Amino acid sequence: MASIDLRNITKIYRDAKRKRDLLAIDNVSLSVEKNEFLCLLGSSGCGKSTLLNMIAGFEKPTEGTVTVGGTPVDGPGADRGMVFQQANLMPWLPVWENVAFHLRLKGWRKADRRDAAQEYIDMVGLRGFENHFPAELSGGMSQRVGIARALLLNPQVILMDEPFAALDAQTKMDMQEELVAIWQKQRCTVVFVTHSVDEALVLGTRVAVMTSRPGRIRELIALDLPRPRDTTGPRFNDHKRHILNLIREEGMQQRQAAVA
Amino acid sequence: MTALSKSWERAVVPLFILAAWEVFSRSGFLPAALLPAPSVVLHTWGDWIFGFDETSQANTGRWFADALSSAMRVAAGYGIAVISGVLLGIAIGWWRWVERTVEPTIQMLRPVPPVSWIPLAIIWFGIANKPAIFLVFLGAFFPILMNTIHGVKTADRNLIRAASMMGATEQQLLRHVVFPAALPSIFAGLRIGIGAAWMLTVTAEMVAVKSGLGYVLWDSYYFLRYDLVLAAMASIGLLGYATDALIKVLMSAALHWQHGSTLQSREG
Ligand SMILES: Nc1ncnc2c1ncn2[C@@H]1O[C@H](COP(=O)(O)OP(=O)(O)OP(=O)(O)O)[C@@H](O)[C@H]1O
Ligand SMILES: [Mg+2]
Repeated sequence: MASIDLRNITKIYRDAKRKRDLLAIDNVSLSVEKNEFLCLLGSSGCGKSTLLNMIAGFEKPTEGTVTVGGTPVDGPGADRGMVFQQANLMPWLPVWENVAFHLRLKGWRKADRRDAAQEYIDMVGLRGFENHFPAELSGGMSQRVGIARALLLNPQVILMDEPFAALDAQTKMDMQEELVAIWQKQRCTVVFVTHSVDEALVLGTRVAVMTSRPGRIRELIALDLPRPRDTTGPRFNDHKRHILNLIREEGMQQRQAAVA
Repeated sequence: MTALSKSWERAVVPLFILAAWEVFSRSGFLPAALLPAPSVVLHTWGDWIFGFDETSQANTGRWFADALSSAMRVAAGYGIAVISGVLLGIAIGWWRWVERTVEPTIQMLRPVPPVSWIPLAIIWFGIANKPAIFLVFLGAFFPILMNTIHGVKTADRNLIRAASMMGATEQQLLRHVVFPAALPSIFAGLRIGIGAAWMLTVTAEMVAVKSGLGYVLWDSYYFLRYDLVLAAMASIGLLGYATDALIKVLMSAALHWQHGSTLQSREG
């Protein structure tokens, strides 16, 4: 049984003020298997976040159904950990309280929360920063707190919305490596949104290339490349060339549609 | 050294004003009773507090009792205003239906100056603590309420998303996300509210109560004791300053997480 199942999803944003509706997602069906690492790849505004937010339960599809682990999604829940594009940490809580926020909601005692948080803080390499406040962290560190927070939920599914987009190249590479290691260890299902072809090819077991608005799945590509991924190898580059061609075609159609 | 010269800098203007006032009062340009010199005010004030030579007549040694009865009125009215203002503010900011049903009434009542309630307050509550507490409540309630509503409405939606992703119920969202997110704004309301609270205690005591600093102030005016009037003014100012300082201490303890992220935290 698939871990995540999207069946005939359509999403229309109703714009009451301008009296114009926007078709953001057009009839998307997609299954993500258990332990898969799926990368959603597409240009800006194609509906990647919309799709992810529907899996997370923040948005409801206009048509179609989303099921996670066999049960239909009806609102957000701790079975799906989300890492946001901005870290979205509680600025009034220190790092360890942010990581253990879920346990605070469950009414755990402070000492127990503190112990439980440590494992995940170590996992993302933030030992020594437990008592820092979010305002005292760099962007990359905040992002890692967000990842630790999602991992502590021990969710079946981790959803990530361009979590590394704002990082420099070196930090990004380190974090990608860490993430793959964590995913291999935790055996969870990951849906990772990105607009970077390289990132998708470094991380994913499969890549779903999306069309420009309205969002559809243009092509699903299985990556049978060994890890760690060799970003200069011929097979990596074959995949890259193929995906870039898809994106180029997509752009051309888009422009022709605009002219017509 | 720098700390010392800084406190010296702060003291220059007040000291100069006090000295000029002293000289002016003693020059006989005005009758001494109309503008008592600072030294005279200090003497009367001292007697009011410690009761050494009855310069403050019937008030001698009664300062603590007067200050306490004013402070209790402030505490009671302000306490009710804080609890009701914050709770109602969160409800209005969070639930649309509460806003729709309650907000219009509030907007109608808010522009009515609290002091204009004095006649009704006296009719309803008589001449005692209750009308004063009622006025203090009115004065402090609206700034606290409005600031709480603002704080709730400007809470970061993404933080609410993050918390509900971690399984927060609505009640938990209010307690663990919305309330702390609104806290800086709530404290802004608390500080405006405490100023209003003192203002209205004193006003109420001048009109509707027979004790407290405001009563002494107004009573001394009838007996032409302007030294006591000034001592009462200074007392009220001092207590107002002290309560505001207390709230500031509470605020910097509660909002310590803002250190390093706001303009305000640049000051040493
Ligand atoms: N809450 C909303 N209300 C109305 N329209 C929306 C809303 N959210 C997204 N849209 C529209 O839906 C489309 C898809 O948006 P979405 O955020 O999913 O894009 P994206 O692929 O994540 O883009 P990016 O890579 O820039 O983040 C856009 O045209 C956007 O304007
Ligand atoms: Mg997006």
